Amino acid sequence: MTLLYALFAIGLLALVFGLVLGYAAIRFKVESDPLVEQIDAILPQTQCGQCGFPGCRPYAEAIANGDDINKCPPGGEATIKQLADLMGVEAKPLDGAHGEADVKRVAFIREDECIGCTKCIQACPVDAIVGASKQMHTVISAECTGCDLCVEPCPVDCIDMLPVKPTAASWRWQLDAIPVKTLD
Amino acid sequence: MSNQDLIGKAGLPERLYLTVKQHIGTEGQLQVAVGDQVLKGQALTRSTNLFSLPIHAPTSGQITAIGPHVSAHPSGMAELTVEITPDGQDRWHSLTPLPDYQQLPKIKIIEAICDAGIAGMGGAGFPTHIKVSPKKDVEFLIINGAECEPYITADDRLMREHAWQIRQGIDVLCHLLNPGHVLIAIEDNKPQAIQAMQVACQENPDYIVCPIPTKYPAGGEKQLIQVLTGREVPHGRLPIDVGVIMQNVGTCFAVADAIFTGKPLIQRVVTLTGEAMQRPSNVWALLGTPVNHLLAQAGYQAQRQNTPRLIMGGPMMGFSLVSDQVPVVKSTNCILAPTDQEMILPEEEQACIRCSACADACPVSLLPQQLYWHSKAKELDKAQDYHLFDCIECGACAYVCPSQIPLVHYYRVAKAQVRQQEEEKQKADKARDRFEARKERLEQEKTERELKHQQAAEARRQAMASKETQASSNAAAALDRAKQRQALDQPASDSGSNDRVAAAIARAKARKEAQAAEGNTVAPAEQPPEQNKQDKVAAAIARAKAKKAAQAAENTQASDNAPAETDKQAKVAAAVARAKAKKAAQAAEKTETSDSTPAETDKQAKVAAAVARAKAKKAAQAAEKTATSDSAPAETDKQAKVAAAVARAKARKAAQEASTDNQSDTPAEAKEKPVKAPRAPRKVNKTATDNAKAETDDPKAQRIAAAIEQAKARKVQKDQAAKPTDEEPGIAMAPEVTIDEDKKQRVAAAIAKAKARKAKQNAQSSAANQQENTEE
Repeated sequence: MTLLYALFAIGLLALVFGLVLGYAAIRFKVESDPLVEQIDAILPQTQCGQCGFPGCRPYAEAIANGDDINKCPPGGEATIKQLADLMGVEAKPLDGAHGEADVKRVAFIREDECIGCTKCIQACPVDAIVGASKQMHTVISAECTGCDLCVEPCPVDCIDMLPVKPTAASWRWQLDAIPVKTLD
Repeated sequence: MSNQDLIGKAGLPERLYLTVKQHIGTEGQLQVAVGDQVLKGQALTRSTNLFSLPIHAPTSGQITAIGPHVSAHPSGMAELTVEITPDGQDRWHSLTPLPDYQQLPKIKIIEAICDAGIAGMGGAGFPTHIKVSPKKDVEFLIINGAECEPYITADDRLMREHAWQIRQGIDVLCHLLNPGHVLIAIEDNKPQAIQAMQVACQENPDYIVCPIPTKYPAGGEKQLIQVLTGREVPHGRLPIDVGVIMQNVGTCFAVADAIFTGKPLIQRVVTLTGEAMQRPSNVWALLGTPVNHLLAQAGYQAQRQNTPRLIMGGPMMGFSLVSDQVPVVKSTNCILAPTDQEMILPEEEQACIRCSACADACPVSLLPQQLYWHSKAKELDKAQDYHLFDCIECGACAYVCPSQIPLVHYYRVAKAQVRQQEEEKQKADKARDRFEARKERLEQEKTERELKHQQAAEARRQAMASKETQASSNAAAALDRAKQRQALDQPASDSGSNDRVAAAIARAKARKEAQAAEGNTVAPAEQPPEQNKQDKVAAAIARAKAKKAAQAAENTQASDNAPAETDKQAKVAAAVARAKAKKAAQAAEKTETSDSTPAETDKQAKVAAAVARAKAKKAAQAAEKTATSDSAPAETDKQAKVAAAVARAKARKAAQEASTDNQSDTPAEAKEKPVKAPRAPRKVNKTATDNAKAETDDPKAQRIAAAIEQAKARKVQKDQAAKPTDEEPGIAMAPEVTIDEDKKQRVAAAIAKAKARKAKQNAQSSAANQQENTEE
């Protein structure tokens, strides 16, 4: 008889806790970013395709599926480090096959040479080039990600990738400035 | 050492370099151009948004350049600068003071402060008009009279000399802010300043002058708040969040200037100090004055420094200038030129020994060591966990560091990196948004295109379907045509379609044919064989012409598709054809009239009649063909049938007439002629009306006309029959008279026409029978 009581009591408790936990699981469900979203947030969104994928998100999906994290030259070391932290893998040096990290550049159209073919407009992944057919085009430098994709299609090669000039706002204290010592 | 003398005047430099952006925020919009003459106090830029401030011309003169010039920034980078060459006259722009500010709405005063271009003059350069329009209640208004750093005495001298005006500025700020308490904080090492301020503020018991201990960095905003109120500004918050607003005494002075005299911020007190200067002092320097001008005034001796070193700001937080052309800006409070003994150049950095002296020195209670490690290792998120951004960069930690580690430098770099990362992240987010928007747009365009293609395909399919039905109808028409051709053997061609053009052509041909035939038959007896030949040639020419005309008409018809246009064109063509045929007929007539020879055989006439019949048939066929080629509606079908029948009937009539004429030629020639002759005068008129009517091409009207004519002709015939002998001899015996002959011809033509009309009528009533008859 005592055995039955015990079984009954334990069974009841199990049922109650099961219900409570089940309700809590639904009621207090934590919405966490899917992994792809998190990776995509780290990638620099230049949409340059240097990683071999058509844009940052496809690469994010590939990383989530186990691809290497060192294929993003625009992101450079910082991105690799962040990705390594997120994915819990060892940070690797940048894969040289996909290009080298470079100073930030933006596209510049030599406007008097532009013939207005709109090819670069079609190539630009972020709609940073304005212009119309047979009209001169120009790059909105603030929106340009420096992906280089517009350079190739230009039939008259009037697009340059110019390094972004530092301004007082973007200037950084130089830690590794070599102290100059004057010798008497 | 610099606080011994009165604030001097720096005087006019040769050039003034006004950096467009001299504060925290965005730059204003330039309002002047190179070559413009400006007056003292004239605005050079315009405030375009909340965070932008105007700059003003510090003296009258000409704008000689607008372009990049070395700026008062640690980087020394060139920034947009207005260069003014003073004319030395110092003429003032018109000023609008607001002495009765207490009656004005607060927004007006704030606007005046903004327009005066006042930014915080303690060192940070935050726009004052934003600071004085808080959203929260202000419990404490703190007037910062504590110098930021050692060496600097600008505020000290200002309070000593202009305490009254500072108090006026405080009045204005109190009016705007309504603070619970006003605290004027002055370090206790400035007794004269304290006294001056106490005297200035004695009328107002709410203004409390608080001497504070002199301990760097007591002049820092958060530190001063803590010292005075015991409140700490939470991490990442502003002083207003704890009910405190702080203004520098220099700012109060500038506010009083702006409100009571209308003068914008064009000058400030700058401390010139350091052992490398002969006469350390405070001067009123116009904004934009290059540092070298001030140095010359203070007797700067470069030879006292082993390495030329100029510091803008204090010894702890200031930055080395890259050039002595750097201009004074709104937040420049000190130019320091220390000797090497005075400020020892930083030696080489040693390893951190974890002595924790920096942590003891830190006024913000941070852990400089930890920040240093994380900053050095670029573990920025960890550095941020240690409140990197709470560091005020006072430099106390680096000052006490026994290992000579430039700690503040590390923190600055780390902060810049964090800011850059944030900026990049924002940019990346924007790029992602734009990329996604573009993707969406492309997708949308694609679906739209597909939809359009689908619609086009559908339209094409429909067009194909309709074409098919048309093709089938065409095939049916072809079948019809074949049948008609068959039926032509027994001309029961009820083919079907036609159009007025073909009918008109056919009619014209038939008419001509009839005329030709008549011509041939009317004067057969008189025609010699030779003339006969000529006659035939003429007829042939006429026929050929008619044929050509018909062909032309057909061609025009076939070439165009639009029914309305076709109709019109066809009509024209028909008219042309008719005219040609008429001309041809006339020509034939003329040739005929010219000959007086009567010899004509039955056979010839018959041949001519046969030719005419054949032609008529051909014409009818042609008419049918043209008719089938165009998609005339069913209604016109009937019309066309009628017209075709008419044409056929006409041709038949002409043939009949020719044959009857021929037949009656020999026996009753004498009789025939008189019959025609009397009719002639009347008939001529009729012909004219006929022609006119024929041109209208209205079948109904034609029918009526034909009926009338027929009736008339019958009557005339009857008359003739009643009294044939009367005129018989006169006219019958005069066939040689040319006029008579001509008339006769015309008459004959008229008769033929009338007959044709009649035939048409008949044909209409019983087309099938008629066709059978024709065959006979």
